[in-house]
Amino acid sequence: MSGTEEASPVGTADRPRRVRVRPTGDDRVFRAVARGTGVLVLVLTAGIGAFLAIRSSDAFAAYGWDFFTETQWNPEVNRLGIAAVLPGTIVVALIAIAVSFPLAITTALYISEYAPPRVKSALVSVLDLMAAVPSVVYGLWGFYFLQDEIIYLARWLHQAFGFLPFLSVGTDPDAANWAESRYTSSAFIAGVVVAMMVLPITASIMREVFSQAPVGEREAALALGSTRWGMIRSVVLPFGRGGIVGGTMLGLGRALGETIAVAMIISPAFDLDFRILENGAITVSSLIALRFGESSALQLSALLAAGLVLYVFTLVVNTLAAIVVSRSRSGSATDL
Amino acid sequence: MTRTLPEHERVDGFDDDRDSHDTADRGHDDGDHTDDTDRFPRVDEDEPRRVIRARGPADRVALIGSAAAGFALVWVVYQRLLPTSGLLGFAVCWYAAFLLVYTLVTLQRHGAVEVVDRMAAVVVRTGAALVGASLVLVIGYTIISGLDAMQYANFYTEELIYTDPADLRQGGILHAVVGTLEQLAISVAITLPLGIACAVYLTEVGGRLAKVVRTLIEAMTGLPSIVAGLFIYVAAIQLLGVQRSGFAAALALSVMMLPIITRSADVVLRLVPNGLREASLALGSSQWQTIWRVVLPTARPSLATALILGVARGAGETSPVLLTAGYSQFLNANPLVDWQTSLPLFVYQVFRLPDEAMAARAFGAATVLLLLVLLLFVIARLVARGKRGER
Repeated sequence: MSGTEEASPVGTADRPRRVRVRPTGDDRVFRAVARGTGVLVLVLTAGIGAFLAIRSSDAFAAYGWDFFTETQWNPEVNRLGIAAVLPGTIVVALIAIAVSFPLAITTALYISEYAPPRVKSALVSVLDLMAAVPSVVYGLWGFYFLQDEIIYLARWLHQAFGFLPFLSVGTDPDAANWAESRYTSSAFIAGVVVAMMVLPITASIMREVFSQAPVGEREAALALGSTRWGMIRSVVLPFGRGGIVGGTMLGLGRALGETIAVAMIISPAFDLDFRILENGAITVSSLIALRFGESSALQLSALLAAGLVLYVFTLVVNTLAAIVVSRSRSGSATDL
Repeated sequence: MTRTLPEHERVDGFDDDRDSHDTADRGHDDGDHTDDTDRFPRVDEDEPRRVIRARGPADRVALIGSAAAGFALVWVVYQRLLPTSGLLGFAVCWYAAFLLVYTLVTLQRHGAVEVVDRMAAVVVRTGAALVGASLVLVIGYTIISGLDAMQYANFYTEELIYTDPADLRQGGILHAVVGTLEQLAISVAITLPLGIACAVYLTEVGGRLAKVVRTLIEAMTGLPSIVAGLFIYVAAIQLLGVQRSGFAAALALSVMMLPIITRSADVVLRLVPNGLREASLALGSSQWQTIWRVVLPTARPSLATALILGVARGAGETSPVLLTAGYSQFLNANPLVDWQTSLPLFVYQVFRLPDEAMAARAFGAATVLLLLVLLLFVIARLVARGKRGER
């Protein structure tokens, strides 16, 4: 470079040309259209919240703050509130997470660390399939099959841990003719069924993050004499912590919004006693599904208000989860 | 791992020999030792091959033996000594006893580190097996329960019309199948162009706005499906005066499917190597030409997979349809007017009727729905595999 500079006449030395990127005509159209769809999706998303907010304003105007403190949802006496529905939703979601978390993490670990390499991709698509099994199917299964089996577990939990207030049921578990129906249609059963549905989502996020754990560090751990579990504990799990937290939160978001399976299993009850094993529970989405058909305009507005609360709730949880997951992935999977 | 190295001295002896015949025997390393066996009588010939696998036959015996011992122990204690019964309790106790025995057996042969490793392996495998078993249970139970209704041909060719509700030879799910197919077709027609255009925007155009859109899309994939139904009910049915119909249901499904398809298409497009884009641009093509001629064709099989999986998710959704489609027992082939039933909605509505034959019909329809989803999955797998075959 310096040699040619000496030789060339002054003033005509090579300088970097200024490259100006000017999109051609069709590019300009393309970018406008693409940006347009992006904005459209943005508007759509914001629109969901906006529409629900506008439409539910009637209910907020009619019930005011009582809407958040009233436990009853009783249209006959015109007392509608979500003080029981919202905690009910959270309880079912937490049960689902408590059941699904250990299973999800072991499934994810099995697929990413223990399974033979040949069947790995098949197992991943089995997990996808599990996520795509319709919720009505889980609901039917939960109602006709699981419920008959799991009431024994519920009764045993009551017998063994009945001293805990949330595991007690208002009946005598040791009676010879124990009241089976008291244990059916409970938040616990709904939670277990919802767990089946959130498990694949949680597990596939975890698996994805686990399988991205750096190969060099895995091999280093093994070469230093660690066992497979030692390697998992010292490399895979710390590396995948973001995925574990994020995947669980995504599962939580899904559990909060699950509708049909819950609506098929529970029998609605608007009490705030948190007895998870006892007949009767309610969640926001199942409330909407169950009461939608028989609502007047004002009640519909109240259902929309409940839906709005659910929407905001899940949006916050999901966004947080997405941030956690994407942070844990940063630099490894993006920008090829 | 705590495997011992076999016959340490032999390795030393081998090294000594090599030192003395340092230059002459290069071929020795390749295992080519036929002509100098007399000079190196101790080398290679009788050295046992090292087993690299972590588990030997003894471990397998330990595993099976522990399971058997646990079974026997629990059988005696649980069934004979204690006043307990029940299959689930037995299984749980058996598992606990198995873990205990297996721990002790492993502890006898290996150290504590190995015990932890084995326990972790057993627990992880059990967890995964439980999940697999429950999936098989769900699918198997649904299909077996569905056979009652599915064995009659009228189940597929008739609407839900009957004179005697208990007679499975009358009435079927034709109207629901038609509804599902039409609603899915409409929502694919809406979400396919929109979803891919949005994914192209996210990956190819980018910018600060794209980041916001991407975050929102990620959050929207977890949108409760009933909220999508509420939105369409409020925006399309109440505000725009669209009838409760198959079309409204398809709109609700689209709202639900759009983020799912966009997100997976976005992931797929990001996997297209940048080199291809740069090569195309360097040849003088515009960005639009690059995307249309290079990026999208490269990603086509994966895009198809993403779309099919999104459709499979949409096919099973009940709650958006519940609020927007209405429910009808009769065939309505026109999605634009009048109420229309889809398969999941049929299952849900029929389930609520307290009748055994109706339950059989619900299971039958659920099986058909399940088979539809399975079929979509198989197609998606085949499409994805075709891609690998091409390269």
